[in-house]
This record gives sequence, structure tokens and C-alpha cells, in this order.
Amino acid sequence: MIGHTIRVAKALLTAYYAHMLEYRAELLLWALSNSLPFILMGVWTQAAQGGKFGLSSLELARYFLAAFIVRQFNVVWVIWEFEKEVVSGQLSNKLLQPLDPVWHHFAGHVAERFARLPFIAVLVAMFFALYPQSFWLPSLSSILLFIFVIAIAFSLRFLIQYTFALLAFWTERASSIEQFWFLIYLFLSGLVAPLEVFPPAVREFVLWTPFPYMVHFPSAILVGLPVDIGKGFAVMFVWGAIFFAINRWMWRRGLKHYSGMGA
Amino acid sequence: MSIITVDNLGKTYPVAIKDPGFAGTLKHFWHRNYRQIAAVKDVSFEIAAGEVVGFLGPNGAGKTTTLKMLTGLIHPSAGRVRVAGHVPFRRESAFLSKITLVMGQKQQLLWDLPAIDSLRINAAVYGIPDKIFRYRVDQLTEMLGLKDKLNQPVRKLSLGERMKAELLAALLHQPQVLFMDEPTLGLDVNAQASVREFLREYNRQYQATILLTSHYMADITALCKRVLLVYEGSLFYDGSLEDLLDRFSPYRELRVELKTLPDLRSLSSYGEMAGVEGHSVRFLIQREAMTSTVARLLAELEVTDLTVTDPPIEEIIGKVFQTGNAGWQKSVKPEFDREESE
Repeated sequence: MIGHTIRVAKALLTAYYAHMLEYRAELLLWALSNSLPFILMGVWTQAAQGGKFGLSSLELARYFLAAFIVRQFNVVWVIWEFEKEVVSGQLSNKLLQPLDPVWHHFAGHVAERFARLPFIAVLVAMFFALYPQSFWLPSLSSILLFIFVIAIAFSLRFLIQYTFALLAFWTERASSIEQFWFLIYLFLSGLVAPLEVFPPAVREFVLWTPFPYMVHFPSAILVGLPVDIGKGFAVMFVWGAIFFAINRWMWRRGLKHYSGMGA
Repeated sequence: MSIITVDNLGKTYPVAIKDPGFAGTLKHFWHRNYRQIAAVKDVSFEIAAGEVVGFLGPNGAGKTTTLKMLTGLIHPSAGRVRVAGHVPFRRESAFLSKITLVMGQKQQLLWDLPAIDSLRINAAVYGIPDKIFRYRVDQLTEMLGLKDKLNQPVRKLSLGERMKAELLAALLHQPQVLFMDEPTLGLDVNAQASVREFLREYNRQYQATILLTSHYMADITALCKRVLLVYEGSLFYDGSLEDLLDRFSPYRELRVELKTLPDLRSLSSYGEMAGVEGHSVRFLIQREAMTSTVARLLAELEVTDLTVTDPPIEEIIGKVFQTGNAGWQKSVKPEFDREESE
């Protein structure tokens, strides 16, 4: 059983990694297209020189660099792919195989992370070359914790988006809900502003939602800002469990509704 | 011993109805009206292990919907299905490992990668050991004449090569039951013939059961002794192909190119005309009258070209319904009066 799982995982990852390498040029552009944190870094570090934010210019620069790295690892597009597969009936091919179709998408996303890795390394190196004061080396333990947290954060974001994607069984435009969700995500995750600059009451509330754990939480760990690690894992686990239950329920209902359009 | 059992199978889809025009669009936005469309109605049949059965009917007759229910892709609205001892919609691994569905207009291979990469995924997913995987790929490549093609990106293959690669991918796990939906769609005559030959060989070697839909009469005549005919969601005929042809298509299509076109009335004296295009005329001629008609045409008119073919299945079926089969019952084979259809 475990042997079978490893073999499937290896086959999927190898194939999708090769698939991603077919898109070398696009990968660089995709990596660059996520540079919103750099723009905001400019804004915030300027602002920090004048006012009191609880974070120095240097800390803000590091935070947004970390946010940039995190963002590279938790980009998810399963909703567009899944919607296309349902609407065009391509899902049928995958339903015929004794493997839940979600693993194709999951493996595709994971493989893309590895294909993207060299580009991220180059961009980070360029950043430090241009802005050497900001250079820092996180401790080995925070790097290991960061890798672990980012894996969970990505899985949670994937699970949530895949749950919305299942709406494609009922409506042709499931991706519109992701666009709305992304707007909230943008503000509450820490992409636009670190949580440290939020009013305390708002921050308290936001920390119970899944959003900050997808960007702020891993970034703060990498930079060395104080975070409640126990609470972080607990909140991610609870949201993960909720979405997993909804996901499986919708999957069963959705398949009964599926008509394999056009196929 | 039947491997496929279908009892009173039915599928009803809700379809949103929109009135025409802007007002209709507004109404559609606020309040959707749905009509239940019965795609498949009360279909029952059994197929024995090792049989090759043709599944015929005009577009929209419910063939693909039935295939989708037999493979567990969609949930039946009524009735029962059992395939290889399983209820398809449960999609148990043991079931999925025993069947395959090839859809001529759908592809499963990854477009940008060589087919062999997709095949490796399939091998892992179906748990095929490496040695057996290599053996089967060699064997199927040989049977399909696909040598050296598996290492090229799928997008670089011709349509025929791609279709064969799709077949290979669909058969790698050596399924016992093959559902084929237009497997030769869009292929040239040579490629059609080799796919057909391959299916025949596969059936012979593995005693596999095949249920096949096709618009090409040649596919059906080459492979199927038995056919199922569906029309508007209901099973219309279940029996031997020979019987079907005798009863429903005692005709062949005769196409002649004439140097000059005489008036239509004199042309119709040669047989039933199916169409006139420029100087080319299509007749539907009874099989037994073919020789004498051709002789007469050649003697009396200036013929520049002449071909005889089987009319497309669509036309045969169309003909069946034109001649009126109103009070016809499913269980009773129709007595088809040849003279009356002239």
C-alpha cells in the first residue's frame, strides 16, 4: 500500500515536473508577476521612516521579502483547472482511473514549486545584491519550521480553493468566488500589510481566520517576528478539518450531479 | 454468463429553458425554468463476456449517456447496471481496473509530454509492475504500429498516431471490458482500418468484451456480429447485424457522375434518388437490383464516374423511421416491407 502510494507520487511528480519545465519562460514571468510584496515594501519602508509602526524599515523590508518567498510557494490555481475540466467534460478521463483526480492537480502544484525554485533563488539573490543591509540568515530551526509551516499553509490554501472549485459541478463560473475570496485574502493574509500594523482588536479577530496563516505566519517565522506557534497550528488544523469535511461532502454530491458535458 | 447487465436504465437531465430575446434573457436571469429531458429511457440488455457489440443510433440518441452510466461517470436516474460484477457509479478500484472508455474526441495524454510519460503515470496508478509494463508497451506498440512514436511529445503526433497512443494508454491495464465511443472519429481510411484490426486482435487475444459506437458502417460491419440500436433514448433493436441490414438497409448507395444531366423525372426511373449535386447524382438502390441498375445506367447515359458504397448508418436509421414504424414494439422484430419503401 505504502509502496504503491510512493510509486504513484513519484510518477506524478516526475511527469508534472517535466511538464512544468516545458514552460521555462512562463515560470520566470509567473515568479515575477508575484512581486506585489516588493511594491508594498517600497511604500511601507518609506512610511516607516516617518511614523511609528512597531516595525522598523529594515524589519519591514525583510518581512516583505519573506512574504514574496511565501507567495511563491502558495500560489494555487486548481479552481481554474478544475472548472475547465468539469465544464469541458475532461474530468471524465480522470474519473475512469482508480486514483482521486485531485492528486493530479496536487502533484502538478507541488512539481511547479520545484520548477520555480531556481527562479526564486535568483530573485532573492538579486534583492540582497541591491539591498545588502537587509541581508539576514535565519537560524536552522526557524528554516526547518518555516518549511514545515509553508507546506501546511500551501495544503490549506489548496484545500480551500479546491473546495470552492467543486462548485463547478453546479455553476459554470466557480472561479468567480475565488476572485472574491482573494480580495479578502489579499488584505487579511498579510500580503498588503504585516499584521503588526493592524489595530489590536482587528488583529485579534483576524488571527482566528485562516488568512494570516497563509502568508503572515510563515513570513514572521522566517524573519523572526514573535508569533503564537501553538495557536497557529491549532487554527490551521481546525479550518483544514472544516474544509476537508465540506470538500468530501460536496465531492460526493457533485459527482451525482456531474453529467460529463461534451464527453 | 453476462458481463454487462442493464435493467430498465434511465437518465433524465434538467435543462434550463430560455425564451428568446432580451426580455427572455432578463427572465432567465431572475427565474430559471428547467425542463426534464429524458436522454435514456427504460433500456435493458445483456452482453456476454467476449462479445463485440455495436451500439448505434443517430446523434443525441443516448449512446454516450448510456456509456457514461456503464462506466460509472454519471449516476443513473432509474434502473440498475452491473458491469463485471460491480455497480459502476461506486467507482471501486477493482471495477475501474477492469474497464476502459475510449472517447474519440477526448484525450487523456498530457499534451506537452511524450506519451511514454503519461503511460508511466498510468502504470503506477493501476499498479502494473515495471517488467509487465515494459512487456505490454512493447506488445501494444507492435500491434498498433506505433514504434518510436511514444518518445515524441503528444502534440507532435498526427491525429491517427495520437488516437493509437490514446488506445494504448486506455488498454495498458489490460481491461476486460472496453467501451469505445467513436474510436475512429476523424481518422483516415488506413488509420481506421488499423484501429479496427487492432480491436479485433485485442478481442481475440484477451477475450475482452467490447461495446462500440461508431458513425462508420465499416467499423461495425468489420467487428460486430450483434448490434444495439437506440433512438430517442430507447432501445429500438437488439439482434444480429445481418438481420438489421437485411431488414433496414436492403440498399446500397450508388453515386454517378454524368456528363450531361437529363431531367429529374427520367433519372428517378433508375431508382430512389438521394440527392443531386451538379452533375453528380446519388441513388439508393436495392442490393439485388444493383447489377441491373448499373448496367442500365451505363447503357443509357453518359457516365464519367461511378461508385457504390454502403449508406451511412445515419441514413439507414433515418430510413427506418421514414418508412413509419409507429406501432412497432421493442420486443417484436419489425417486419419490414421492402416493396413499400420504394
